Amino acid sequence: MWRIRVFEERVGRLTRANEIHGLVHLSAGQEAVAVGVCSQLRDDDAVYSGHRAHGHAIAKGAPLEGVMAELMGREGGLCRGLGGSMHLVDVEHGFLGATGVVGGNVPLALGSALAARLSGSDAVAVVFFGDGAVQGGIFAESVNLAALWRLPAILVCENNGFAEFTPRSAHTTVERVSDVVAPWELERETVDGNEVLEVHAAFGRFLEQARAGQGPFLLECLTHRLGGHYEGDPQLYREALAAAEWQELDPILRLQRALGHDGFEEEAGAEVEAAVEVARASPFPGPDLGAELVYA
Amino acid sequence: MPEATYLGAITATLGEAMRADPRVFVLGVAEGGPWGATKGLVGEFGAERVRNTPISEAAICGIAVGAAQSGLRPVVEIMFVDFVTLALDQLVNQAAKAHFMSGGQLTVPLVLRTQGGAGQRGGAQHSQSLEAWLTHVPGLKVVMPSTAADAAGLLAAAIADPNPVVFVENKTLYFRREELAREDVPIGRAKVVRPGRDVTVVALSRLVHESLAAAEDLAGEGVEVEVVDPRTLVPLDLETIVESVARTHRLVVAHEAVAHGGVGAEIAAQVQAASFDELDAPIERVGAPFAPIPFSPPLEDAYLPGRAEVAAAVRASLGR
Repeated sequence: MWRIRVFEERVGRLTRANEIHGLVHLSAGQEAVAVGVCSQLRDDDAVYSGHRAHGHAIAKGAPLEGVMAELMGREGGLCRGLGGSMHLVDVEHGFLGATGVVGGNVPLALGSALAARLSGSDAVAVVFFGDGAVQGGIFAESVNLAALWRLPAILVCENNGFAEFTPRSAHTTVERVSDVVAPWELERETVDGNEVLEVHAAFGRFLEQARAGQGPFLLECLTHRLGGHYEGDPQLYREALAAAEWQELDPILRLQRALGHDGFEEEAGAEVEAAVEVARASPFPGPDLGAELVYA
Repeated sequence: MPEATYLGAITATLGEAMRADPRVFVLGVAEGGPWGATKGLVGEFGAERVRNTPISEAAICGIAVGAAQSGLRPVVEIMFVDFVTLALDQLVNQAAKAHFMSGGQLTVPLVLRTQGGAGQRGGAQHSQSLEAWLTHVPGLKVVMPSTAADAAGLLAAAIADPNPVVFVENKTLYFRREELAREDVPIGRAKVVRPGRDVTVVALSRLVHESLAAAEDLAGEGVEVEVVDPRTLVPLDLETIVESVARTHRLVVAHEAVAHGGVGAEIAAQVQAASFDELDAPIERVGAPFAPIPFSPPLEDAYLPGRAEVAAAVRASLGR
């Protein structure tokens, strides 16, 4: 979790320093979901994410330098600089991709789950999405199909209470995402998404069943986006949490209070700095790379 | 040589591909919809590989993309090209860009079968020809066969292709019978379907048959028309078209889609850039008017470009 937190904070500084360009969405504050879920997955389990994807990619095993170089648009990036922050992919570690279109990733995960079933594997598919994705039609279509076909997929909603710039209450009358899927009677649970052990335990229960070919499942993780929607968002639509309030919520501090362990922050800091140096040393891609990769 | 319909050739090719490769599966609403292109397949391959889906075009297209990224070879059917509108995010933002945005890590060997075309009183939402939109998206290949043989050959090639291929059929051709000469039809190769020395007509899908009929009419006037079927719109076989124009020095581009912003405009632009000095006359375009397709039968008939419009364009090209 420290690795993700320090990475995201470093990305924020590099964005302000104009070393990272474009639309950058940070996941600081939501680390417990990424870690509680991905730490239990194998490389052949497919994970999909959305526009706030750095933490998910790192938790699934993507190398820090590959992610950092991608954010800087370098040849050494995971996607050779052609994807960027919202489109990270690391096939080697089963991170099949982030997509910048909210909700567009949900059916992709179902496709990977179907592929696992049709090829006789016990691999599962996991998709991360925010509470904002639930109001899109593709979400209902996908949940219906996942339930109808009993796909070994686990839908993980990071409910941070904000759909981009708007509180959930202004976009829907249904407070809990787990209630949205109630008619399909799929197994679902809402947990404190800032409590990594709770996320881990609930996801683990679903994972065991999914490995046995059951599904789908929905895990709603109530969490908090420490920053704005994107890096540079003035956040005029919400009040910042008081520092003391955040201390209570912070998933990393909470784990430390429970386990009494420390020292990871420094370790993570060194890893992230090394990644920054590797990324900076990587050249920008050659001008012909784009044309080469339009078609396989 | 066996006789076959366009639709029968598609069903047979799907069956062959599924028999040859366990990764190939099909999904779509009601097993092929009103024409039943996949109906006969469920008995042989089972409901797991011939998936009857709810009316959820976006989700089934997305599932096909995810399955393709995970190693399967889905053939997803969207019953009418008009409904591709519902699946465009999955097709345009996901399928077309996955290989590129992942720096080459992902491939999406997906075939999206659909059909367009008017003439059956379907009204403005079940009759369109929207292929031009799809040709505008880098990463998609677009094929549009006009015969059973080309449908069979191109479908086999599309299933074998590592890229997302949009396969645009035409509903009025489904029950057209022909002697089926099975042959390999690579994606990206045009065919000269009738040689002629005076005017080249590049025609798509149903308009290939209309252009051949127009060529017969014009032969009676002493005009020899060469008809070229690109068969694939992306990647376009410009070379075959340019070679033909080098012989005839006149070009007509004909399709059923609205002329404005149609594929014909792109072909005309490419040909004039490549062969400006060869052209003896302005390039003529045949296409539908800039209006939705009317329901009322006489209005629909008047709206649709066909044999007469192609012949008129050929005469215009010749200054007659």
